[in-house]
Amino acid sequence: MQHLAWYLTLIFIGLLIVIFVSFIFSSKSGESYEEVARRDYRHRQKLFWLVIVAGVIISVTTLLPWPHSATTNPANEKVVQVVASQWHWELSQQQFHSGDAVKFEVTSKDVNHGFGIYDANMKMQAQVQAMPGYTNTLHYTFTKPGEYKVLCLEYCGLAHHNMTTTLTVLSAR
Amino acid sequence: MTTRTQSVTAQPRERLYLQLYIATTLAIFVLMMLAGVVMRAVQGTYIHMSPDWFYQIMTLHGAGMVGIAGLAGVSIMWYFLRRYVSLTPGLFLANLILFIIGVVMILGAILLGKFGGGWTFLYPLPAKSMGLWSHNAAAAYVGGLLVIGIGFLLFYLDVARALLAKYGSLGRALGVNQLISGRIDTDHPPTVVASTMVLIVNTIGTLAGAVILVLTLVNLYYPTMQIDALWAKNLIYFFGHVFINATIYMAVIAVYELLPKYTGRPWKVTRPFLAAWSASTLMVIIVYPHHLLMDMVMPDWMLVLGQVISYLSGIPVLLVTTYGALVQIHHAKVRWDTPAKFLILAVFGWAAGVVPAIIDGTIVVNQVMHNTLWVPGHFHFYLLLGMLPMVLGFLFHISRHENETTKDRSVGMGFWIFMVSALLFIFMFLYSGVMSVPRRWAEHLAAWIPYDQWAALFGLVVLLSMLFFTVKLLARLTHIRLEA
Ligand code: HEM
Ligand SMILES: [Cu+2]
Repeated sequence: MQHLAWYLTLIFIGLLIVIFVSFIFSSKSGESYEEVARRDYRHRQKLFWLVIVAGVIISVTTLLPWPHSATTNPANEKVVQVVASQWHWELSQQQFHSGDAVKFEVTSKDVNHGFGIYDANMKMQAQVQAMPGYTNTLHYTFTKPGEYKVLCLEYCGLAHHNMTTTLTVLSAR
Repeated sequence: MTTRTQSVTAQPRERLYLQLYIATTLAIFVLMMLAGVVMRAVQGTYIHMSPDWFYQIMTLHGAGMVGIAGLAGVSIMWYFLRRYVSLTPGLFLANLILFIIGVVMILGAILLGKFGGGWTFLYPLPAKSMGLWSHNAAAAYVGGLLVIGIGFLLFYLDVARALLAKYGSLGRALGVNQLISGRIDTDHPPTVVASTMVLIVNTIGTLAGAVILVLTLVNLYYPTMQIDALWAKNLIYFFGHVFINATIYMAVIAVYELLPKYTGRPWKVTRPFLAAWSASTLMVIIVYPHHLLMDMVMPDWMLVLGQVISYLSGIPVLLVTTYGALVQIHHAKVRWDTPAKFLILAVFGWAAGVVPAIIDGTIVVNQVMHNTLWVPGHFHFYLLLGMLPMVLGFLFHISRHENETTKDRSVGMGFWIFMVSALLFIFMFLYSGVMSVPRRWAEHLAAWIPYDQWAALFGLVVLLSMLFFTVKLLARLTHIRLEA
């Protein structure tokens, strides 16, 4: 997902750069404004509808199924309690097997924190906010064995960057 | 006293106020950039700094940049809006004075009181520092923001009075009546439309900010008065989102007013223009849940709203302002002086920033990008390469010599250096985000440090070019004209 975001960003910003540069290069000819405006604005309405249609398609495909819902039958999920506080994590369970579907119930004792799961290559897999007075649920399925890390992803004071812990994921049962 | 004589005698005084605004703007931008470079250099292990100081500097940079962007935006809006409606000079000055009082309080809180709760003062962190800063320090910070907010509200109140006096209703000033009747008055100034939008959204936003600031203040001294953490977060991000966006909507007035002077083409209101600004008025207000996409306790419909409105918000920026700016220069005969260059760069930076913003506004992406350096990546695009170049274009324009025809070659060079280094600096943020580097971390893992080091170098070049522009602009401060 991160790389998709990166390449899409590079493509669209690259496109914008090409458009800007070519328009800047055209800016010496001194044609009449009425003529240019009539020609250029003809395309705008089409572009508008194109964007709307693309937006609807992308919205529907990215929102269905609902991104925060469980991907497996909830009955098969392990429930893990996560309590954040300045500056450490308390988890009811820190050892899993590859293939385990987990429902993390995340809350905080003091300030806001962020529960971020990183895989063995330090690539972020999932996250949820840890908020005092509320319990946020995160559904996540471990797919590879290895040493996972939990990083704090909401600024919580002096030792925010040290608020980490380890999850051990063993090979599939 | 008639209005005419008033405007004649008021002229030098207003010019002096503007000069004070500009000097403050330039000084704070440079200092806050220095703070930014220091943060990147600390993360890159070029310099050593303990985490408490890193987070204090982070708080300073965030609050300082947001505040000064707001102040610079006000100066641009004031500069052009006063050509159409009659604004009160005293309130323009009052805003600056309150701003400076607020800045002093915030500096005291951070530098003396060691406050490091982040510029967003997310409840209940200001009250829970684990002994690092006192409640008084937190109160000085929160109070400082409140004083600054009051200054802005005073200014907007004056804008509201002036707009109502001339147009009768905010709907007419925004052009809603023209949209309904279908009769477009092409003489209705874009500046008035943009100013009305900013007035509406930022008054609501700043009031919401004032509410949560006061509640935070009360909670500091009466801890039994608790605030609901989710409500607090909603109020803070609503306020923060609206306020920072409003800085761009104020600054873009410089593009509408000044770009035509270099292209020789008019920038008039059209139906899509008015529709875009009316739609933006609503969208800026309801889009803020995209800051809470990882709060699963939020109602689902609000998160859907956050994603969908984020997408829609891109349309006015891309299809009205960016499109309009491109048609301004297409096959035109543009005088590519420094201001024109900065203004076009600004439109590019704003448009380009929309791309990573919208992508991150998608919930499935946000799940692995939220609170990584991707986020500062997208908003530095808007701010460092959008908002700031609007301000620089504006300042180089209004301070140019009456008959300036020769181009200052050193500024032209500075422009290219600034543009390239800022782009590289921003792309290091975005790339770090792709690599899952969290934002707001005082110390980075060894694998992330090379990105930080490159970013520190690029940031240093941005800082030096900004310092150079500042020296140039301060030297021209006496040339500033109110009618440029
Ligand atoms: C030389 C130019 C700049 C540099 C080197 C710089 C650097 C930074 C750094 C290192 C961070 C913290 C990143 C992290 O979370 O680890 C940051 C955050 C931020 N910057 Fe900048 N910045 C620059 C210009 C600007 C400008 C022009 C603005 C606004 C007008 C701005 C507004 C902000 C804001 C609002 C934050 C968020 C602070 C927070 O997370 O609490 N910056 N910047
Ligand atoms: Cu934290």
